[in-house]
Amino acid sequence: MYLTKEEEKMLDGVYGKGTQLAMKILVAIGEAYDAPKMVPVTRTHVALSNQEADLWFAEKLADGGAKCRVRPTVNPSFNLEQFQAITNIDSEDEKIVKRTHAAYVKLGAIMTYDCTPYLERNVPRFGEIISFSESSATPFVNSVYGARSNRESAQSALCSAVTGVTPYYGFLLKENRAGQVLVHVEADMEDDFAYQMLGYFAPKKIGFAIPVFAGLKNPSKEALMNLGAQLNTGGNVALYHILGFTPEAQTMEDAFQGKKPQREVTITNADLKSMREEISDKSGKIDFALYGCPHFTIDQVCAIAELVDGKKLAVPLFIMTSALTRNLAKKMGYMDTIRAAGGEIVEDTCMDQPCWKFLYGKKGITDSPKCAYYTKRRDMQFVIAPLKDSVLAALKGEY
Amino acid sequence: MEKQYKCHKISGGKVSGELLFSKDGMCFYLIEPKNGKIIEKEHCLYGQSIAGKILVFPYGKGSSVVQADGMYQLKMTGMNPAGMIVVNADTTLAASAIILDAPMVNKMEENFYKDLHDGDMVELDAENGILRKL
Repeated sequence: MYLTKEEEKMLDGVYGKGTQLAMKILVAIGEAYDAPKMVPVTRTHVALSNQEADLWFAEKLADGGAKCRVRPTVNPSFNLEQFQAITNIDSEDEKIVKRTHAAYVKLGAIMTYDCTPYLERNVPRFGEIISFSESSATPFVNSVYGARSNRESAQSALCSAVTGVTPYYGFLLKENRAGQVLVHVEADMEDDFAYQMLGYFAPKKIGFAIPVFAGLKNPSKEALMNLGAQLNTGGNVALYHILGFTPEAQTMEDAFQGKKPQREVTITNADLKSMREEISDKSGKIDFALYGCPHFTIDQVCAIAELVDGKKLAVPLFIMTSALTRNLAKKMGYMDTIRAAGGEIVEDTCMDQPCWKFLYGKKGITDSPKCAYYTKRRDMQFVIAPLKDSVLAALKGEY
Repeated sequence: MEKQYKCHKISGGKVSGELLFSKDGMCFYLIEPKNGKIIEKEHCLYGQSIAGKILVFPYGKGSSVVQADGMYQLKMTGMNPAGMIVVNADTTLAASAIILDAPMVNKMEENFYKDLHDGDMVELDAENGILRKL
């Protein structure tokens, strides 16, 4: 693999052990994919997680003196202050939050603690070469903006943040971005929830391939967030196209770059219905409602505020969002409305964090299959339902 | 003569163990670190342990955080697979294996999939891209 003089210096340890390790890992990734060289990145996003591997690796780089050349935005952990007001936080968990924070600050990261950087703070343009981890972010920047990122792990994106480069392969090359499977969507796609189910189901039909969806009409930004997050959770799809809508798929010719689709599949209402039945817990009594995987937009916060306005929730309801959106919700009065009903908005927080221990062993409701997916590790059960239905269920205490 | 198959290194190392084939993608976070058993109900290997196996699977799945964390925890408890053979390696999966020094290869010869089965003992020399049937 060809390296520039500057890259060689990083690899030789001229800039310290942390930078050296980051470059070593990128070279190994480059060799695994037969990349001929490195290319500069202009943006990075790191899926910080507080999890053991995350802390271990971030501290290893930080202790090695690494400083990010392209400062990354970061994913949520949990907001200590806000959760200490809600529940008891174990001292172990408090420690890991603080240690992770310190390591990333030392590395020079921008502490946004938000999993939707593509909506605010870190928005790439068409064709920009970037290194984005976070399963909802990579498909969004690739597909909706036409920026170019591989499906980075938190650690590989951090290595690119430190070195400012990424190996040149995969989705960074135009020819690897062509659609492969044509997906005829015959399902109704009436609301953003349908896109959750489409995203979660599609990989089961298409496998490891780039889908081109036909038949989708003007999806909202929330629908696109949902679609990408679920495609990349239910499967491994970090780039998709929507015919006549996303920038690299204005025509069939564009979308498939002049080739024929390898396969064509059809997805119907019945498919999405059976998918939902398979992954959702049965209906019945619920103990809580949880939203914001990925982080809710101000429009979604507004939708909940309107549904609970002047009413009392039968079970606790939590919305996870960015600090910016939470602040906006405060300014616009949504926070007061939601709190008056018995709900809460928390910032900087991911559902896959130990701050939710007080909900373990309980059954919740959510609109996101991704939210329910990882909680298998944490003994939480979820009914998965459209946003409106799930809020109405939280008002009643059952679905 | 012993049978050999060519493959392509993602992450180096030389290990041996029994083959375990999965037709489904793998999310290492949905494996119990205590015993290496898959806890994902819809998975074809649900309830089986991957500890010490040479795991053969089509692709990785799961978010950009959980593959590395899942592999890290399995490594800490020693319940990690000895080696991994994958068809389509996305960056998250490959980077996780590299960071954790977990032997992994792709581009395995077609015959491998015809000739070998669950339980066959093999040696995987990831560094040199060679698999031998023992």
